[in-house]
Amino acid sequence: MQREGSALNGLGVVALKETSDHLTSVRMRVIECLIIILAFVTVYFAAQQVRDTTPEDPFAFLRLFTNAREDVPLSFLFFLSTFLVPVMAIGLAFDAVNSEHSRRTLSRVLSQPIYRDALLFGKFAAGLFTIAVSLLALWLLVIGIGLLILGVPPNAQETARAFIFLLVTIAYAGVWLSLAQLFSIVFRSAATAALVSFGLWLFLVFLWQFVAQILATVIAPPDPGYTSLGLQTPETVEWQTALARISPKTLYDEIALALLNPAQRALGPIYLAQLQGAVLGAPLPLGQSLLIAWPQIVGLIAGTIILFTIGYIGFQRQEVRA
Amino acid sequence: MTEGAVIEVQNLVKRYDGTAVVKGVSFSVTRGEIFGVLGPNGAGKTTTILMLLGLSTISGGQARVLGHDPEREPLAVKRRVGYLPDQVGFYDNLSAAENLRYTARLIGIERSKREEKIASSLAQVGLSEVANTRVATFSRGMRQRLGLAEIVMKDAQIAILDEPTSGLDPQVTVELLDMIRDFKRRGVTVLLSSHLLERVQSVCDRVALFSEGTIVLMGTVPELGRQVLGGGFRVEVEAQGQGLAEHLAAVPGVQKVESLSPTQLLLLADHDVRPEAAAAVVTAGGRLQRLAVAEPSLEAIYTRYFHDHPQESAIHAA
Repeated sequence: MQREGSALNGLGVVALKETSDHLTSVRMRVIECLIIILAFVTVYFAAQQVRDTTPEDPFAFLRLFTNAREDVPLSFLFFLSTFLVPVMAIGLAFDAVNSEHSRRTLSRVLSQPIYRDALLFGKFAAGLFTIAVSLLALWLLVIGIGLLILGVPPNAQETARAFIFLLVTIAYAGVWLSLAQLFSIVFRSAATAALVSFGLWLFLVFLWQFVAQILATVIAPPDPGYTSLGLQTPETVEWQTALARISPKTLYDEIALALLNPAQRALGPIYLAQLQGAVLGAPLPLGQSLLIAWPQIVGLIAGTIILFTIGYIGFQRQEVRA
Repeated sequence: MTEGAVIEVQNLVKRYDGTAVVKGVSFSVTRGEIFGVLGPNGAGKTTTILMLLGLSTISGGQARVLGHDPEREPLAVKRRVGYLPDQVGFYDNLSAAENLRYTARLIGIERSKREEKIASSLAQVGLSEVANTRVATFSRGMRQRLGLAEIVMKDAQIAILDEPTSGLDPQVTVELLDMIRDFKRRGVTVLLSSHLLERVQSVCDRVALFSEGTIVLMGTVPELGRQVLGGGFRVEVEAQGQGLAEHLAAVPGVQKVESLSPTQLLLLADHDVRPEAAAAVVTAGGRLQRLAVAEPSLEAIYTRYFHDHPQESAIHAA
């Protein structure tokens, strides 16, 4: 059945209103504090280490993102992928739709000449925009502090890599945002949605890699021929990597590795034969690093779209009345 | 389409997982009238309203709002129809004016006219003084009024009000009903639903009584009174005297005389028998104190109807 008019009627209005709600909310103040503390602490530690150990590194600037002090092994990247991005995204979206139900505003807003699409797209766009602004601020802070501490400006290659890293981080936030928004549609109570979202976050971020390990040994049991030599069975490792990649954190970490460490030549298991002729430790050009991480980048975006679509279908079918 | 009908519903059906909630209702609302949709909770009133607005899918039958199909052309319908949901909610963190500003932008009111329209519609419902107060501090009645302001701002041709008076104190209810009459004065068609009868009776031109997803009665209140309570006119006589009941019973057209108290009698007649009744009382040497035609009360119609149809009232009571 053909609907009359554009589905995106009112999208801008909703997005603008939601963005202004986000930016003036208490949650945003908390996120801002987190960002400033995070930027200073992790970069300070990383910079110390970069200065101590690798002053002659051509990619010293990128080490700011990935390095950590040996006694405090918490890098900026680790904080970002494990805590900041998921928590921020879930925090902004877990009550996106169900709060409209509980405030009884949904039927009133939807009785205006807009489609439900505009409301959902607008909320997602506003969430993503808010996160993008926060991440941009964080990114600039890190680079700024890095400039002050290291005293050398990043070269063009580093800047490009760092910038793409920022974009990928926003895409990573998109996955968590659409996940939380999905739960805000499925669960009428905001508390339930938050609990389930944070539960899934803990599971995917902290537990999934171990679960993947166990599942892999069940699906492809280790071959005694390899284990007796002290080697891992290729099938098991392959299964383990594939399973681990269900978690967006794994995908994001792999992309970050390829982007921020130009010497990284492959993601996942690799046979020695494949390394023949490779100059180990030699940096790859940016295009090649991107190519390595491309499937993971596509995976993140696809995950966002799939989760959003499930939520979209659920929302279209939902009854307006409480 | 019937001449002058702005809402036209034929055999409308709504099913949830196979169970019909609205089972083929048909009615039409003419331009400029106040149409009451009445019935117990769960009778399908809100579901019908949501289908009219295109906010719920239609399982069967047809609906036309201002000539548009709410399912295929929801935007055309929603542009012209204002809706005040049951227990309307606003964004608590925003002020009254800010809430309206958001709606105004969703409706697409031009920037140059926006502020003026917001101010005038707030004035119309008497909320000008709290325009910049956060809605969080608003009472139930103020929220309902803000909801009406939204409909005023929208310049809606039809206002659909779902339970506009439920949960309000009598004073506020009277004010709200006045505002609803104001809509009519400005030529806006009003469709309002309610389970509170006596308040609604005073504003509605016509009512439809819903029960279990069907319309069981429809018409003006006096019509329904005749239909359900039997007897056309109910004349109240308050008089002192001997044997008045017999004398009044002999008046042509009177079908029944009920004695409410020693001095109060209720006549059921097929036409307005006030002049004859007055003459009868005087002839019998009685002292006539009061003579009035009793409007059938919707409450009485409602109670009687469900009394006469017990299988339906069982669910109603639950």
